[in-house]
Amino acid sequence: MFYIRLFATYLRIGILGELEYRANFWISLVQSALDLCVALGGLAVVFNHTDTLGGWRQEELLALVGVYFLIGGLIRTIIRPSMTKFMDDVRQGTLDFTLTKPADSQVLVSIQSIEIWRLVDVLIALPVLGIALLRLGARLGLLDTAVFAVTLLSGALIIYSFWLMLSTCAFWFVKVENIQVIFMSMWQAGRWPVSIYPAWLRAVLTFLVPVAFATTVPASAVSGRITDASLVGTVALAVAMLLVSRWFWRVGIRFYSGASA
Amino acid sequence: MFAYYPIYRGYFRTSLMLMFQYRIAMLIWLLGGIIEPLMYLVIWRTVSLQQGGSVGSYSTNDFVVYFIAMMMVSHGTFTWIMWEYVYRIRMGQFSVMLLKPIHPIHSDIADNIGYKFLTLTVMGPTVLLLAWFFDASWQPAFWTLAAFVPVLILAFLMRFYWEWSLAMVAFWTLRIDAMNQAYIVVTLFFSGKLAPLTLFPEIVQRAADLLPFRWMLYFPVEVLLGRVTPRDLLIGLGAQLFWLLAGYLVMQLIYRAGIKRYAAFGA
Repeated sequence: MFYIRLFATYLRIGILGELEYRANFWISLVQSALDLCVALGGLAVVFNHTDTLGGWRQEELLALVGVYFLIGGLIRTIIRPSMTKFMDDVRQGTLDFTLTKPADSQVLVSIQSIEIWRLVDVLIALPVLGIALLRLGARLGLLDTAVFAVTLLSGALIIYSFWLMLSTCAFWFVKVENIQVIFMSMWQAGRWPVSIYPAWLRAVLTFLVPVAFATTVPASAVSGRITDASLVGTVALAVAMLLVSRWFWRVGIRFYSGASA
Repeated sequence: MFAYYPIYRGYFRTSLMLMFQYRIAMLIWLLGGIIEPLMYLVIWRTVSLQQGGSVGSYSTNDFVVYFIAMMMVSHGTFTWIMWEYVYRIRMGQFSVMLLKPIHPIHSDIADNIGYKFLTLTVMGPTVLLLAWFFDASWQPAFWTLAAFVPVLILAFLMRFYWEWSLAMVAFWTLRIDAMNQAYIVVTLFFSGKLAPLTLFPEIVQRAADLLPFRWMLYFPVEVLLGRVTPRDLLIGLGAQLFWLLAGYLVMQLIYRAGIKRYAAFGA
């Protein structure tokens, strides 16, 4: 309950802060619309020349685009800005102010900066996903929807835990912002099902940078092609990564001694 | 012309030394330029295999070679000036550049070429590795290979002048993110980055004819692949020269208006 209130507070601060820059809303909207153009335009050109891509039909890939935007919006709204601020704090020693607050430091760090205008990505994702679901319609029951929600949540948690672990490295290596650039470069490959990539790239996108779990897996749940094994595996991985990242965070925080101390 | 030689040599030296300090960051920035064409390579290769080995006039192997060539040409001609200009103006660094008795575009060109040489150490092996992995076969004719050199240089220069011109919008507004992204999206569709232009609907192709982008990427790639006739080559070179000249004039025009508008922060 306390943490929900905390989150609401940070959200309010985020909204107040960004309301001062209302033009940013329009800029975000234009940027998201352009991203959508790339995703849909790419789909349109490809499906002009084929009916399926690696076994995926067009509306299934549309669902994938929706998932891609949904999780991408989550990353850009909360995860990336918060983690960027965290890394700055480590470098400048201002993390002390976060640590002295009477709440769990990992939670504080993870929600401390919210760029609400980036939610536009989520707003765009919903109709895309809706249209895709409508066109897949007939074969989507209650169970499938539940599985989809579970995989989506697991995917989000995997991405969060992964990003937290990378950021935690800042305690030792201080300058790690470039890791985010690596992630965002790899992320764009998630617009397409990872099954079409050659084995080595698929392995990279699954295990080295877990893009596949956040995009391909939920999209395959919605198109009814997910196997029980990959469902269980994804949930298990989400739980495992959450625990490991939590542990890693504690190790890091114990190592941290302030920038000037 | 030759008066610039020692100046450029100096610029190269300082920019290389500077970049060597940030070598890891340099490599990381390369990643995006590798992933994107690789992604489209895999997609079109998959489509082609599904369609029985070819789409349009492109065979599966043609797609592989096309996107590997696109990776090289795209890397060879890309600039990051549109992001740098804003910092330059916001931080007042531009004042220093104005004091120098030489047009600031020269240090940017030298910087860019220096970066390209430094990153060749990674791009080269990457290209070879991908060519080996996807079993690419490429038999260029000697004359198209020879023609590729001036074509690539012209593509580099015209792209540089146009993007430098676009970057100067920062004199008027510092909110350039959306505009830069719009530019990237437009180039994606009209330069052949997403797919060979002939696979697009007729209307996109006609629009691409009227825009400069196909001459920046698609044309050099087609020349490298040997998919042009001598006549295509001459038309292409003419178009490149035209757009280079136009870009040069636009750059001069905007630059003059821009420095009139520029007021250093902190002054």
